[in-house]
Amino acid sequence: MAKGIWVFAEQRDGKIKKVTYELLSAGRGLADSLGEELCAVLFGKDVAGIAAALGEYGADKVYVADNDKLAEYTNDGYVSTLADLAKANEPSAIFFGYTAVGRDLGASLAQRLATGMVSDCVTVKAEGGQLVFDRPLYAGKAFVTASCPEARPAIAAMRPNVLAINEPQAGKQAEVINVEVTGDIRQIVKEVAMAISSRPELTEASIVISAGRGVKGPENMKLLEDFADALGAAVGCSRAVVDAGWYPQAQQVGQTGKTVSPNLYIACGISGAIQHLAGMSSSKCIVAINKDPEANIFKMADYGIVGDLFEVVPLLKEELQKILA
Amino acid sequence: MKILVLVKQVFDTEAAIKIANGKINSDGITQIINPYDEFAIEEALKIAEANKGEVTIVSVGSNVDQTVRQALAMGANSGYVVEDAALADADEYSVATALGKAIGGMQYDLVLAGWRAIDDGSAQVASRVAQALNIPLVNLAIKLEVAGGKATATTEIDGGTAIIEVPLPAVVTCQKGLNEPRYPSMKGIMQAKKKKIEKVGLDAIGLDAAAVAAKVKTLNIYLPEARAAGKVITDEPAVAASQVAKLLREEAKVI
Repeated sequence: MAKGIWVFAEQRDGKIKKVTYELLSAGRGLADSLGEELCAVLFGKDVAGIAAALGEYGADKVYVADNDKLAEYTNDGYVSTLADLAKANEPSAIFFGYTAVGRDLGASLAQRLATGMVSDCVTVKAEGGQLVFDRPLYAGKAFVTASCPEARPAIAAMRPNVLAINEPQAGKQAEVINVEVTGDIRQIVKEVAMAISSRPELTEASIVISAGRGVKGPENMKLLEDFADALGAAVGCSRAVVDAGWYPQAQQVGQTGKTVSPNLYIACGISGAIQHLAGMSSSKCIVAINKDPEANIFKMADYGIVGDLFEVVPLLKEELQKILA
Repeated sequence: MKILVLVKQVFDTEAAIKIANGKINSDGITQIINPYDEFAIEEALKIAEANKGEVTIVSVGSNVDQTVRQALAMGANSGYVVEDAALADADEYSVATALGKAIGGMQYDLVLAGWRAIDDGSAQVASRVAQALNIPLVNLAIKLEVAGGKATATTEIDGGTAIIEVPLPAVVTCQKGLNEPRYPSMKGIMQAKKKKIEKVGLDAIGLDAAAVAAKVKTLNIYLPEARAAGKVITDEPAVAASQVAKLLREEAKVI
């Protein structure tokens, strides 16, 4: 058996991030077609207990570093430990989510190991013994197909929410291998403040309700938040809404904000500037609500409603609630 | 205090992308400073103003003078560009290796950069440069204080924020929200014309083509299939809402 496909299993407070299951699900198929084993790498504090269960999503082995030093993510602590682990075991590929942690860790690791990294990938397949990726350029205005043909490990950061999650095999346990923490940590984490929200994270949500200039003011965001809560959705917005100070920058979707790929994206009062479309065009289904029948967003929406969002949103919410009831 | 800002020249966000001979065609496209790098330039200028500092713009690429000059017009003191034919097919490893070697020969207390570039969006180079220089990295700063040999940054993490402190020198990447980049003044534009942009090739920084050979290979570049316009419903709101709800359930199967 060759060296292995690795998945960095991102967690916070002992809860595995959804993208980890997406990576394991895709990784399982790739490992099988390349004749390699699938390994997860799990770092943190008090995480040993959740390691073996990664087997349910396909991991054969889990490398676990459960240590006080890794309680909070730091670039130095995670990069050193992972780089030493990779040098000792020589995996053929390491997958990360294209998340704040995955980008920070993946790029640093790639330089430490003098290898290539393909970021924000939306597809991956095994072809002629190589992993081949598709990724956007110019926020999706073009795409590139790329591989890392020689340097090992090939590193990839996959966009969250684009890979399907396999049905977990209940009770299947992975072999757990404990790992030493190495290196000095120069970053001091003074404080971590998680936004208190009952809504799913924007990049992981399966439904996103998004607001544009058409909401007219911050007081009307409540209407969209209520709509989102009725569907278990996240709330996003366009750049215009952030620049006007109506909603936080962290919720901006677009070329200078987040890229999202939900099953359903409902654009409310968004005209559809090219920079916004770049951040949501990989959504599986797009609904647009806009007063202006000429709005650009209708050119790419699967379903468009020409009308006032203040009238349409409460009605659509009611109709969808009826279906979901 | 000496501050280096990593700047990338990118296509304007309005640009439509065309492909010719398997490559992105840049003919007739307006080139700009990567918008995230503008936050880094602004932050560097603010820190320099408060600390009698100096700001150097560092870039890799060919025909980037106009972009570097734009940063100098904002107020940066000088420019430094690594330009070499061997970097034509550069990947993030190539660029970071060149930057690391170039910066390694300079004096600096802080390296700032945008957290990603809007063209390839790979968000790798600044993180890789921190590795190449073996100095601490902090990504995604939305607030930054530099004092007493330390940088303290409030950073965006998935679902919240974290405050991270590192000793200098360090690499800090900048996220929207950090500041409002200034526009160059007329005086700044005039002064920028006289400021020095140093150009070096790979041999000047002790590298050759093999040392910066790309690790990632591009197999194909293509334009996405246009999303077909779907059904637009112009009925009165109650009817439209009911129809779309039904379509989402029965046709799109996303509810």
